[in-house]
Order: sequence, then structure tokens, then C-alpha cells
Amino acid sequence: MATLESVQNDIIRLLGAKVEGDLALTADTNIVADTGLDSVSVMDFVFELEDEFGITVPLDRISDVKTVRQLAETVHGLILENA
Amino acid sequence: MSIEEKAQAVQKAFGALKALGRDPTRLEFEEVISPTEAMLEGRRTILLGTNNYLGMTFDADCVAEAKAAIDRFGTGTTGSRIANGTYGLHKALEARVASFYGKKCAVVFSTGYAANLGSISALAQQGDYLLIDADSHASIYDACKLSSAEVIRFRHNDPEDLARKLARLEGKPGDKLVVTEGIYSMLGDTAPLKEIAEVKRRYGAYLMVDEAHSLGTLGALGRGLCEQADVEAECDFIVGTFSKSVGTVGGFCVSDHEGVEILRSISRPYMFTASLPPAVIAAARQSFDQIEARPDLREQLWRNARTFYDGLEALGFDLGPEVSPVVAVKLPGKETAVRFWNALIENGVYTNIAIPPSTPNALSLLRSSISAAHTREQIADALDVFARVGAEMELIPANKADRRRLAAPQGALRIVTGGATGRADAEPAATPRSEKAAVKR
Repeated sequence: MATLESVQNDIIRLLGAKVEGDLALTADTNIVADTGLDSVSVMDFVFELEDEFGITVPLDRISDVKTVRQLAETVHGLILENA
Repeated sequence: MSIEEKAQAVQKAFGALKALGRDPTRLEFEEVISPTEAMLEGRRTILLGTNNYLGMTFDADCVAEAKAAIDRFGTGTTGSRIANGTYGLHKALEARVASFYGKKCAVVFSTGYAANLGSISALAQQGDYLLIDADSHASIYDACKLSSAEVIRFRHNDPEDLARKLARLEGKPGDKLVVTEGIYSMLGDTAPLKEIAEVKRRYGAYLMVDEAHSLGTLGALGRGLCEQADVEAECDFIVGTFSKSVGTVGGFCVSDHEGVEILRSISRPYMFTASLPPAVIAAARQSFDQIEARPDLREQLWRNARTFYDGLEALGFDLGPEVSPVVAVKLPGKETAVRFWNALIENGVYTNIAIPPSTPNALSLLRSSISAAHTREQIADALDVFARVGAEMELIPANKADRRRLAAPQGALRIVTGGATGRADAEPAATPRSEKAAVKR
């Protein structure tokens, strides 16, 4: 079973491949404001997380997500719900 | 955040792009000459961004019906459908839309936006699931916000991703409503409806197809992609708009499920807005007669679309994936798109600009919509302008633009009146050039 920390590390790894430049992603990185990705690109990134973790992420579950940590908590919560 | 701070944020996001030229939200057409030409900034301009696929806005019979309806019923209903805003005209149009599709029920809304908002939000409720294509129109996304259902995106035109998501919902109570479109408005690509219908059948879901850009443009009878893909029986709800091929304004939801009538009692965008005015209703009804009876318009539309798509491709532009009445040119960034869009206008060609986040995959696009009413000369002139401007901006190889210029007859740059108004006797490709139209850009 994935832990919150491992999910967060996976998100940082996958998101890092999307971000141009040498921005060091952390748990506190604001996904839209800091990475240069627009809101649609972030929603498309969620598809990768769905494939990676075998879950579905409903739109309302990510509508308030801003940071990498919040996204990790949401994804981890969905993994637990589907376990 | 104060209103001033919100304004500053918008200025920060779009100010630099607007500073490169015109503000797309503030363009004014001083006069509309035909379905395919208007006066813009005092210049006679070819319209390649109106979604007027069949040229119905100037159809003589539609105009006559609209005028007669004003004389008989007045200019507006001054009320909502649930109050004083339902006339015999509205019921007759609903019956006509239903008969056009061969379905039992149709509900008419005041815009296409409202049709999606009102249908989706009312049909999918608390405890239900909405599964929408990632590239859905804003009206579908906004409908999801108005609905209490759980909203799930699936990858654009990907039945396998849809199937994975429906499989994860197996055993969960609640209806599952899959929402897709016929032709997608940004790139002009079509949905794999046969495969999507098979998935929805396998998992016992409902299917709604938004035929906004495919009504009138696809299918032997012009019913859209559901007809063309032979999945009409599988499609539970079709929504669409009157503001494209139909040539007026308004929207609808049509279905064999008699339960769709609940929209009249619970759909807020149906209930709490003014109903369509008589002239619009009358023109729309006449337009459905034309769409059904005139396959020649669809044939002309697709000839024009093929000519324009092939012409741009030969010039070296990067285009959407398939020939379509929507022809999208992909450009290497927002600034280039804005500059190209402005330059086309200055050379008498109007297109739609689309930039992220309104576009899929962060693409910057110039989107053209083709009409059956475009003349052969207008298509050729527009291609000439794309070639010249594209070469000047170094977006295409100069030799390809030169090849087109050398192949054109002497003095080829001209504008020709778009005379076709959807009448059988007005073959666009053979429309004579009028003296009034011979304006040098």
C-alpha cells in the first residue's frame, strides 16, 4: 500500500517531468502559480496520476487543491477509499 | 480580492497579448453583407469564423418566416417558458426538432449554452456520475458545476479510458451519464462514437452527444455524427444549438426517453430565463426543413472544407487531424497566433483566435469555420492571404507560398460577394462577382 510520502514523491517525480526550467518541486510548491502550467494542463496531469495509482480522481476532489502536498493527500485518500 | 485587483490580474494575464493588436472580445462588424462577408474596420472582410456552416442566416425562406412571425406575434415573449413565454411557435418547433431526429421528445432552450447547462445539470443529480470528455466545451464544464453529480473526466476521444472509469464505478448506485461531442470545436476532430456507444452499452450508462458543430454538417439527413456513425438508437440524449448550421440562436435536447420532460419542471436554465423570440423560433423551424431537404448544402460545405484544408496543408501549415468544417491552424505560441490573427484581419480575412487555457494541450490556434456559402473565389482568396502572411511571418516555407502565387491567375487577389444564402439556385462556386464586391484590399 502506497504511503502519503511515497505518493508525494511520485507526484514530484511525475510533475518534475512536466515543468520547464530548474524549479525544485517541494510539498509546498503551488502547482499552478509556481510551475507555469495552466489549469487545463494540471487537469491533464491528473490523468497520469490516475494511471499511476489505478484510481479515478473526480473533479470536485481537486477543485480546491493548490499545493503538491494537498494533491498528494487527495490522491492518497482516494487510494485508501479504493483499497 | 477587490475588483481592481481582479482587473489587474486579467490585465497581467492578457494585457501583453492585447497590446500586440486588437482585442478579440471587442471587434465590431459594422455591416454584415452575406453569410460569408462583412465590413470590419471599414474593410470588406471574408468571414472564416462564424460557424455559419450552411449559410442559413440570409436564407430567403428563413428571413421571410422570421418577418412574418414578428408581424403576427411581436418582437419578444417577455417571459420564461414556465410563465407567459410558451407560444404555439415554441411547441411547433419542439415537434419539428423531434421529428427531424425521429425522436419522441424535444425541449428547446434559449441558447445552446443553456441547453447543455439545463440538460446535464437536471439529468445528472446527487448520487449520479457525469463522465465527460476532457476537451468538452465550456458549457459542459459549467453544467457540471451546476449539477450535484460527481464529475469524472476521461481522456479526449479515448473509449478505453472511459471504460476504465466506468469499470471502477461498477456496483455503485446512481446513474452514469457519458457526455461527448460530435465535432470538437477547437480542432475539428470527431468523436469515436461507435466505440463510445459500445462502452456505454457494456456498462449500462446513458450517452449524451452535443452535436453543436455536427448538426447540419454530418449525416445523410444532416442529423449529425450519431446519424453518420449509425448510433442514433444508442444515443439517449442529443443536445445542440440553433446558432451554427440553423443560423439563429437557441438550443435543444432531444430524446426517446419521455423522462426528458422533467427538464421543464426542474431545469433552472430552462425555467428561469426568457424564452426565444418569435422571429428566431420561426426561422429555426424553417431552417430544419432546409437542412433535411438540402443535402446539396452539405456536399458544398464539404467540398469547400476539403479545398481549404488541402490548400493550407499544401502551404505547409500544421493543421487539425482531419478534414472538417472546422479547420484549425496550429501555431508555435500565443504571441505568434495573435500576430497572425491580426495580420489576417488587416488583409481582409476574419478567423477565430484560440489560445490556452481555452484550448486542448495548450495549443495556440487560428480556427476557421467553413460555410457552404463560401464561393470558390473566397476560399482561394483566403488561401492566398494565409500564404502571403504565413510566408511574411516565416510560418511556412517561402517556396510553398511562391508556388501558390505563381499558380494563381494574374490579379487573383480579389474579394467576391458571398452570394449563396442557402438556396438551390445559388451555387456558391458559380456565384457571379458583383461590381460592388470588386474592392481591392
